[in-house]
Amino acid sequence: MHSLQLVGYFQSYQLTWSYFLDQLVAGLTLGSLYGLMALGYSMVYGILKLLNFAHGEVFMIGSYIGYFVLVALGGTTNPTVPVALLIILMFGAAMIGSGVLGVVIERFAYRPLRVAKAPRIAPLISALGVSFCLQQLASIFFGTEYKQYNPFGLSGGTLTTPWHIGSLEVSWMQMIVILTTAFLMLVLWQLVTRTQIGRAMRAASFDLEAASMMGIDVDRVVVFTFFVGSALAGAGGVMNGLYLSNTFPLVGFNVGLIAFTAAVVGGIGSIPGAMVGGVTIGLLKAFAIGYWSSAYQDVIVFCILIVVLLIRPSGIFGVPAPQKV
Amino acid sequence: MADAPTPQPPEPAGGPQIGVDEWVSRSAERILGRSGLLGRAEKELRRVPAVVRFLAVGGLAALIPVITSDPYLIRVATVTAVFALLALGLNVAVGFAGLLDLGYIAYYGFGAYGYAMLSSSKFGIHWQAWQSIPVVVAGAIVLGFFLALPSRRLIGDYLAIVTLFFGQIFYTLLIQGYKISLLGINKDVGLKSANWDVTGGPNGIANVDGFRAFGGTASSERAYFWIALSAVAVVYAVLHLANRSRTGRAWRALNDDALAAQVMSMPINWLKLLAIGVGAGAGALAGTINAALLQGAFPDDYNTMVLIIIYAIVILGGAGSLTGAVLGAIVVNVGLEALRPGTEFSNWTSNGRGLFYVTILLILLVRLRPWRRLVAVLGGTIAFGLVLHAIVGAAWPRGVHGGILNSAGTFSSGGWIGSALRHWLVLPSGTYEIGGYTAFNYLICLLIAMILCLTLLKGWRRDLLMIPTLWLAGLVYEARLIEEGSGATRFLLLGAALIVVMAVRPQGFLGRPRVEIV
Repeated sequence: MHSLQLVGYFQSYQLTWSYFLDQLVAGLTLGSLYGLMALGYSMVYGILKLLNFAHGEVFMIGSYIGYFVLVALGGTTNPTVPVALLIILMFGAAMIGSGVLGVVIERFAYRPLRVAKAPRIAPLISALGVSFCLQQLASIFFGTEYKQYNPFGLSGGTLTTPWHIGSLEVSWMQMIVILTTAFLMLVLWQLVTRTQIGRAMRAASFDLEAASMMGIDVDRVVVFTFFVGSALAGAGGVMNGLYLSNTFPLVGFNVGLIAFTAAVVGGIGSIPGAMVGGVTIGLLKAFAIGYWSSAYQDVIVFCILIVVLLIRPSGIFGVPAPQKV
Repeated sequence: MADAPTPQPPEPAGGPQIGVDEWVSRSAERILGRSGLLGRAEKELRRVPAVVRFLAVGGLAALIPVITSDPYLIRVATVTAVFALLALGLNVAVGFAGLLDLGYIAYYGFGAYGYAMLSSSKFGIHWQAWQSIPVVVAGAIVLGFFLALPSRRLIGDYLAIVTLFFGQIFYTLLIQGYKISLLGINKDVGLKSANWDVTGGPNGIANVDGFRAFGGTASSERAYFWIALSAVAVVYAVLHLANRSRTGRAWRALNDDALAAQVMSMPINWLKLLAIGVGAGAGALAGTINAALLQGAFPDDYNTMVLIIIYAIVILGGAGSLTGAVLGAIVVNVGLEALRPGTEFSNWTSNGRGLFYVTILLILLVRLRPWRRLVAVLGGTIAFGLVLHAIVGAAWPRGVHGGILNSAGTFSSGGWIGSALRHWLVLPSGTYEIGGYTAFNYLICLLIAMILCLTLLKGWRRDLLMIPTLWLAGLVYEARLIEEGSGATRFLLLGAALIVVMAVRPQGFLGRPRVEIV
C-alpha cells in the first residue's frame, strides 16, 4: 500500500474524480432505499405519533415475497417472462403483500391500543412483539439461510455491469433503484397533495381528534396510511434483494434502524424530510466507507447525526411542535 | 360524612380536610382499584406493612438455593435477578421520569467490561470486588450524566434516537475495540503503536475473576445467587425510598408535564441527569455481576436484542412500578428459559403438566364473570373436545390413538389427567410420519392467530371463539412434548405474549392506568 504523503493518509486512488463519483452513486442508491423505508416510519408517525418498529420486518417479508415470485417464474437463469415484466411483477406482488401485512398488523397490534387510549409506550412494545413474531415466523417457514436473488444472471448479466458516462459508472441495478424510488416518491407526493384521501391524511396528521370531529373517517385514513407505508417498504425489500443480491430473516433489523434514523433526522412526520434524511444517511455512509473506515461507518454516521440533532432538535425539515399550555 | 347531623369539628391530620369531599378525593382510587378476587387479595395484601412484605418475599427468594441444589435452576434464578436489577435501573428513567432512554444497554455493558478490565488477567490488574465495583458503578454514573446531556435540548423520540445512537456506538466500540488506533485511522500517520487491544473485539474478555473480597472468593452458583439477590434488594429499597422522596415526586411531575414542572421551579435538567445517572449505576452493577457470573464479558450479551428484552420486562411489569419490574423479570426470563428446548428446566415444567392446566383454569376463574359464562365456556370446551374426538375417531381411528408423552420421550399413562386428555384431544399415533415439526409450527401459528382474534372480539363471540382456542392450547401443549425441537418458537411466543398483554392491559401487570384530565 502506497500512501500519498502530500495529503496525509488518503490513498492515491481515493483522490481520483471517478472514485468520488462511485461513492456518490453508491450513496444515492443506498440513500433512496433508506428514504423509501423512512417514508413508512414518517407517515405513520405523522398521524399516530407511533414509532412502528415492525416496519423493518414488513420490509423483510416484502423481500421474501419478491424472492418467491422470482423463483416461481423460473429464477434468474431462465425466467419464463421478459425480465422487465419479471421485475415489475416482483415489485407489484411485494408491494401488495406487504401493504396487506401492514394493515393486518395495524388491526391486531395497534388499533386495540388506540381504542383503549393506552400510554404512548405501549404500542412501542406491541411493535417489538410484532417484530419478534415476524422474524421468527420467517426463520421457521423460510429457513435461516440466505436466499439468493442472484441478479447477476438476469438478462445475461447486463443489469449488474456498469455503464460509463464520462468518468461516471452506473449499473442498471442502481438506475432501477434510484428511478423506481423517484417514481414512487412522485406518486406518493401526488397522492398526498392532490387526492381526497391525501387531504384527509394531512388533516389527520395535523390534529387527529379535530379531523375526526370534521367527519373524517380516521380509521380509514390510518389503514390507508399503513397500506401505503408498508407497500413502500415492500418495494424497498425487493430493491434491497436485487441490489445486495440476497435476503434473510434478520435483514429488516439493521435497515429498519437506519431508516428510522433517516426519518428522525429529516424531521419525522415530513415526507420530503424522510427522503432528504435517507439520502443524507446514504451519502454519509458511502463516504464514510469510501474515505475513512468501514468498521466505524455507523459510529461516524451516528456522531454526525447527533450533532445535526443537537443543532436542529426537530430534524432538518421538522417543525418544532409548539407546546400548548 | 353525609349522615352527620351536626357540623363536625375539623378532623385531625390524615383525615379529610376542610373543603375536600372525601368521596370525590378518593374517586380516582376507587376507579383504579381492581374489583373481584384480585382486588380483594390486593386489599388484604396492602394491610401488611411494606417492610414486612419486602422482607418476606426477599427471605422466600433467598431460600431458593436451599430448596433445590440443581445448579442449573440456581443459575436461572441468578440471571433472573440480574434482569430484575436491570429492569429496576431502567425503570428510573423510563417509569419515573418518563425519559425514553434507548442507550441503557451501554451502562450494562460498561459495568461488565469495566469489571472485566479491572479484575482479570487482560491487563494484569486483579482488583478485589470491593475495589472494582464502586469504581465501575461510579464511572457508569458519570457516563450516564455525560450521555444524558442531550436531554437538555431534545425531548421525546428525538432523545430516544440519540440515546439509541449511543448504544449502537458503544456496541461498535466493543466489537472494534481490539485494534484501536487513533480515531480509526489505521493507516500510517507516523504513530508507532497503531493498534491497542482494549475490549477483545468479538471474542470479548475471558478469564475474568470471580468476586473476591477480604480473602474469600465467590465461586459457587449459590453465592452468586445470593449476591445478585441482595443487590436487587438493596437497589429496590433505595429506589423505593427515592420514589417517595422529594426527588421521586419531582420525577413524577417531570413525567406528567415537564413544562408545568419547570414553571413550578423544578430543576428539570438536573432531574433528567439524575434519573439517567441513577439508572446507569444500577445497570452497571448488574453488568459487574453478570461478568463475574459468566467469568467473562462478551459483546453479544450487550446488544440491542438484550435492550429490547429489558424494555419488554419493564413495560410488561408496568412502567413506574418497582414490584412490576421484578415480576416482569421473573415472567419473561423464566418464561424464555422454560421454552428453551432440551434444558432440565423445560423438562421439569413439561412434567408439571398439572401446573399448565391449573394456571389456565385460574386465569379463566379470575377473568370470566359471572359464573354462568365460566360454566358455559368450560362446558363448551369439554364438549367440543369430546365431539371432535368422536368424529375423528370414527373417520380416522389412527388419529386418536396417540399416547401422552413425558419429557423423557417415553409414553406414559399420565395418570388420570393423562387418560382424560387422551379422550379429549386428538393426538394421532406416530406423529413424526404425519406432520412432525412443520405441522406443529402451523398449529402454533394457528393458536397465536386465534388468541389475537380473541383480543378483537367482545361478548358472546369472544366466549365462542375461546372454546376452540382453549382446546387448541391444550393440544399444542401436549404436542410440544413430542416436538422438543421447537427452539425457534420461543421468541415467537414472547412476541405474541407482548402483543396480547399490551392489548389486554396496556399499562402492564402492576402499572397504574393514567387518568386523563380533560
